[in-house]
Amino acid sequence: MATLREVKKSIRSVASTKRITGAMEMVAAAKLRRAQQRVEEARPFAEKMAQMLSHLASAAQGDIVHPYFEEREIKKRTLVVVVSDRGLCGSYNSNVIRRASKWLKKHSDVATEVVLVGKKAHDFFSRRDYQIVGTWRDWEGVLKYDKAKEIVKFLTDRFISGETDEITLMYTKFLSTVKYELTTETYLPIASPESGHDNEGESTVADYIFEPDAESIYSALMPGYATTRMVTALAESFASEHGSRMIAMNAATTNAGDMMKALTLEFNKARQAQITKELLEVVSGAEALNA
Amino acid sequence: MFRLSIVTPEKVFFEADIKSLVVPGTEGYLGVLSNHAPLITALKPGRIEFRDADENVVLMAVSGGFLEVSNNVATVLADTVERSDDIDIDRAQAAYDREQSRLVSAGDDDTSIDLPTVRAAIERAKNRIKVYKETH
Repeated sequence: MATLREVKKSIRSVASTKRITGAMEMVAAAKLRRAQQRVEEARPFAEKMAQMLSHLASAAQGDIVHPYFEEREIKKRTLVVVVSDRGLCGSYNSNVIRRASKWLKKHSDVATEVVLVGKKAHDFFSRRDYQIVGTWRDWEGVLKYDKAKEIVKFLTDRFISGETDEITLMYTKFLSTVKYELTTETYLPIASPESGHDNEGESTVADYIFEPDAESIYSALMPGYATTRMVTALAESFASEHGSRMIAMNAATTNAGDMMKALTLEFNKARQAQITKELLEVVSGAEALNA
Repeated sequence: MFRLSIVTPEKVFFEADIKSLVVPGTEGYLGVLSNHAPLITALKPGRIEFRDADENVVLMAVSGGFLEVSNNVATVLADTVERSDDIDIDRAQAAYDREQSRLVSAGDDDTSIDLPTVRAAIERAKNRIKVYKETH
């Protein structure tokens, strides 16, 4: 059995770990609230934009020509992986990274390159044999528009200049604090928007007036649309990260509590054993004198 | 009366029934009343003006975006938008001076600044100052 001192030491160490995980849980909860709010506030804009795009597509007869729609023969694929900068968020990062590696393996028929968001992705991919063309890290768990726009500019430039023919975005969709969904979607080329007959039979094929004309509205709208999609994906990912961290830290705090209980029990047992031993020694010493 | 909703990437900025609306289209200012024909247009930096249900005129500065009108619903997708009362005139003026001096100090073949970006920033700052001055 461990000595009293040893047990006491491990109790202290578990207690301080518990304090840290408890604090981290609280911080994650606060950040999650903000991130979640961000996701919810950003949704209407994304929805309205998609709606406008589909109205535009259905009203503008004929094919719309825009570089973002261009589907080429795929000679090179780009995968954008969005994970967190920091660890201690359960299996969140490893889940995404595992999925990303699988994806890269599966699509190895043509050359692939990766664009990384989050330090954890960089830590993983830079040690292995992948072609990394861009890394954005140090987000501190907060969505920054300027940084998101940089990524969008980088990706769209790469796509338009023909350096890559397809860009896939891998992130996690935030469903609830305890649930997120690994999502893989094609970022570019953008699938030509559905002509809007699908929304509840509402006749959207109204005769829209375009100012100045559909073409120029398209070219003004598309960059915004690309940005919105990136911002949405990042916001969802960050919210998932904070959710995961909160859950992981909550579990850690609970575990630390259980451990402390077990250790305290052991401590008390050891203490009692020592007292019993001392009593025995005193009594047997007295007996020896009496004899 | 028709519904106006102004949405920015950050939030739903404004949503209510209004009586009339004037926005800065790329081809010039245009007005929208109830039962307007379906319309989609891009917006340039300028001022959004509308009359709400109580006949109050509200002024806002918008930095660009889009307007869609259909079925008596007007949706403005704005990059950024501010009520004229919320404009920080000192900040707008500072931004204007800063960008202007960058433009002046940069030579013709200076590639360190992105001219269209600086011009757009000047345009936005000018617009905010203008909208602010109209109500103050």
